[in-house]
Amino acid sequence: MTASARSQRSAARDYAPAVTGFGMLVAFLLLMELLVQTGLVNRFIVPPPSEIIASFGRVIVEEHVFSRFVLTLTECLTAGVMLTIFGVAGGVIMHRFQLLQQACETWVAAMASAPIVLMYPLFLVIFGRNSWTIIMMGFISALPPVILKTIEGISGTRRVLVNVGRSFNLTGQQQFWKILFPAALPNIFVGIRLGLIFALINIVGVEFLINYGGLGQLINDLAERYDLPGTYAAICFVILVSVLFFMTLEKIERWLRPID
Amino acid sequence: MAETDRLRKAALSVPMINQVTLLRVAIILSLLAIWEFLSHSGWLYRDVVPSLLSIGHALLGLLSSPSYYFNLGVTAAEVATALAIGGASGIAFGVVLGANRFLARAYEPYLYYLGPTPKIIFFPILIMWFGVGPESKIALGTLSCFFPVALSVAAGMRAIDKVLIRVGISFRANPWQMAMKIYLPAMRHPIINGIRLGLGVALIGTLLAETKLSNKGIGFLIIQAYSIFDMPRTYAMLIVLFVLAIGANGLVGRLGGLHGIKQQ
Repeated sequence: MTASARSQRSAARDYAPAVTGFGMLVAFLLLMELLVQTGLVNRFIVPPPSEIIASFGRVIVEEHVFSRFVLTLTECLTAGVMLTIFGVAGGVIMHRFQLLQQACETWVAAMASAPIVLMYPLFLVIFGRNSWTIIMMGFISALPPVILKTIEGISGTRRVLVNVGRSFNLTGQQQFWKILFPAALPNIFVGIRLGLIFALINIVGVEFLINYGGLGQLINDLAERYDLPGTYAAICFVILVSVLFFMTLEKIERWLRPID
Repeated sequence: MAETDRLRKAALSVPMINQVTLLRVAIILSLLAIWEFLSHSGWLYRDVVPSLLSIGHALLGLLSSPSYYFNLGVTAAEVATALAIGGASGIAFGVVLGANRFLARAYEPYLYYLGPTPKIIFFPILIMWFGVGPESKIALGTLSCFFPVALSVAAGMRAIDKVLIRVGISFRANPWQMAMKIYLPAMRHPIINGIRLGLGVALIGTLLAETKLSNKGIGFLIIQAYSIFDMPRTYAMLIVLFVLAIGANGLVGRLGGLHGIKQQ
């Protein structure tokens, strides 16, 4: 066997799973199309995939998807900036005062498992029906992972690095900025990435629930108008946007992350 | 030497616990004091921060009303059904993906990237498919719960120590014995962890769906209290809900021995 034939075969082996996965998706869509067209599946419950794909252009142009996308992204990034500032600061303060950490870390962990997003009616009362409710909801529900990951990162600093700092007689501040903080950065990035994912989920969710703002509201709006192909297309669009958002975050994190 | 260290730590830890408890009590008391002060200050709109007494009253009223327990039962049944369906299908999918590298590479990226998308946006479709009753809430809970369970089980299956599998093979265990004696015990922690995560998101999914469109359940009660602007009742319900959710999460973790792993 020649080298080129071998490399071709290994390339085929590399792509085979991805092709299978994608092929299955296409096959599923074709099957649905067939089932809907033959009347086995009610087209007033599941519109044919071809109609959904065709309504993409209409939804994007008529429903101002771009400005909605920008609005949701702005809300998400605002929550992200607040998360980074308050979450990382919270983690650092809790690590600095060990007693505080011992007293509150379990509380923060418990908050991470509580359904915080259910507080949205309260936030509606406090902030009103506007973007701040949505941003604050995203912020509060994504805060615990950022705090916990920051604490984990700082406490996980290798002993030898801390000792190097001590042997150079660094002051507390120098020790923090030169040793602890850089060592904790990879974990802090993980925390911020998780926080942004939580924020996006909650922001789109609350937009949908209170029928206000960007992409979440679009779905609610189309569903209330009973524009089924449009609703399905909008859901696909939001899923696509969130998947791209996670992929970008992963890329950025890998790019920023120093070599372990 | 190790013994003296342990003794010293034990001696040190006694006053430490007291200090921590004191700080906790101090934090809680000061938060409550700030709350009460804010509620009487008139700086915020009336009832946004209701007085502790009125929240306490609402809490008592809530816990002594039979209709609250009925709605709690409805939500609990929906979440339990969602967890059962989503958890079982998640475990089945996870096992298949964990056992087969090809299938994992073909389908796991979809699960991985679909997992953290907001599930509540599927609710309009689920209403069309399952109606406006509890079924659509169960469906949303199931959809939310499936992904973390499947991903956690698949990762857990791949992380099983190869030595354990070889031991099973060398004892000529049949597939059933392999599953019951080797795979399941070795995957206990990832399964429990997946179910813990799944329970959290199933609860959120079900409750959010209830706040959007329903006529019973805790989510419905919360949105009803909000719509008649009964803030003390809204706070009381959220407090009970948080306590129940955190308790359920801790309970699942404890049953699965997750605390045991952390301590090791």
